[in-house]
Order: sequence, then C-alpha cells, then structure tokens
Amino acid sequence: MEGRLYHREADPTSTIGPIRVRVLLFGVYGEMGGTRECRVSLPAGSRVADIVETLRGRPGLELPEQPVVAVNQAYAGPEAELSEGDEVALIPPVAGG
Amino acid sequence: MTRTSEVGTRASPMIHAILTEKPLESLEVFQSVGTSADGAVLTFEGRVRDQNEGRRVTGLAYEAYAEMAERELRGICDEAAARFDVGAIITAHRVGPLEIGALSVRIMIAAPHRAECYEASRFVIEELKVRVPIWKHEVYADGSARWVGAAPADAAPEPLSPGNRASEDTP
Repeated sequence: MEGRLYHREADPTSTIGPIRVRVLLFGVYGEMGGTRECRVSLPAGSRVADIVETLRGRPGLELPEQPVVAVNQAYAGPEAELSEGDEVALIPPVAGG
Repeated sequence: MTRTSEVGTRASPMIHAILTEKPLESLEVFQSVGTSADGAVLTFEGRVRDQNEGRRVTGLAYEAYAEMAERELRGICDEAAARFDVGAIITAHRVGPLEIGALSVRIMIAAPHRAECYEASRFVIEELKVRVPIWKHEVYADGSARWVGAAPADAAPEPLSPGNRASEDTP
C-alpha cells in the first residue's frame, strides 16, 4: 500500500486524475503512523472512504472502522468527494477542555 | 410620540475564540467583557488535574489542528450567541505543554441576566469537548505517556463521530 503514497509529479494538465491530497495525522494517529503529514495520490472521483482505506495500509496506523475525517478544515462524511489539493485530516477522539 | 432609546437593543455580541500557547490569565481580551447592559458576568475555567482515571499525572501537552480548532470554537461561540441573549462570549484554549494546575480553557460570558450566562457557558464547554479538534497527551508519574481518549492498540476500535467521543475526563 505504501506504493500508493504519492511520490512523483502528475501531469498538471490532466483532467482525469490522479488527484493529490495532503493528509494530516493528529494525536495518536500521527504517533502510530510515524508521521504527521504525507501526500497521497488517488484516482479522480475518490471519496473520503477511499483515502481512509488507502491510509489503513500504512504500517502501524490502526484506524477505527469509520474514523472521523475533516476535509479542508470541516468535518466530512465517508461519501464526501475529494479534489486536487484538498487537506484531509484524520481526527482521533478529541480531548480538549 | 415615544422616543425609542437604545435600551433593549444591542449590537452584535462581542465574540472571541482563541487558541494560544500563552498562559490564559495573561490574555488582554478577558480584561473587558460585555457592556453596561450586561448585569451578569460568568467565568468558567478548566485546569490541569494531577490525576486522571486513577493515575498520577505529572504533565501534559495539548495538540490542536489550529486553524480548524479556532474555526470550530468560533462556530460554537456564534451558535451560543444565537441561542442565548448574551453580550459577550470570550473563549480561549491553551495549546502546547502545560503544568499541573495551569488553565487549559477559560470561558467568559457577559449577559443581562445570570440564567443566560450559565446556559451559554455550559453550551460552549460541552460543545468544545466533542467538536473542537484538540488532543491531550498526558505524562504519568511512572514515566509513561499516552494520548487521552485513544483506544489501546489491542482494543476493538469503535466507530467515532463528532458527537460520540470520550468527554467525561476533564474538568
């Protein structure tokens, strides 16, 4: 699965993808995943659920069945569609206060 | 003809939602909260406890998704201002390393009457605890540390939603 993490420039003129998104791993997810930020390349039309499945393949990163996700700093459901350049954050159980 | 004065009307409530690494006592925004129309001012403070779930805590750090946390916090304050008749809502949450006893959160509400103060204050803290992306990393007396609210690696993870979080641990 590591091979699906983005590691080369896509053709910027292509309109059918892939799309590249910036992934942020906070709290315990960052600790488990061994990084707090990575870039992921996905087929155009991918949804939140798809990137969750991609990230599930990351060694050490144990995610619940349906982790809480934010896209561009707003909570987003599994069906939310992703776009080029989106910021996708995996939100472990919050503990402010 | 009766001249209508400004009594009973008010401009938009003063709202501030702040994330900061500075001690919350030092924030100037708490110096002047509300107007002379507000007969009640209420402060809620959360501070770092020396124990959690039976373990002695020696220190902790809050991590935040800063931009989103400030946005969510602002949204909560706006919602509270729409629900309750208040003159001011000032909320600040600290991030970074904190010592035992340090303030982690301060909520100040000003309103014409006390009932709205209590309701708005309760609303803000309860919503903050389930919606604002802030995480707590606790360090214990035995030298171990963990992210609060995170399931142990060997436990079956539960589906989580913004409304379904561990929230009973503080303050």
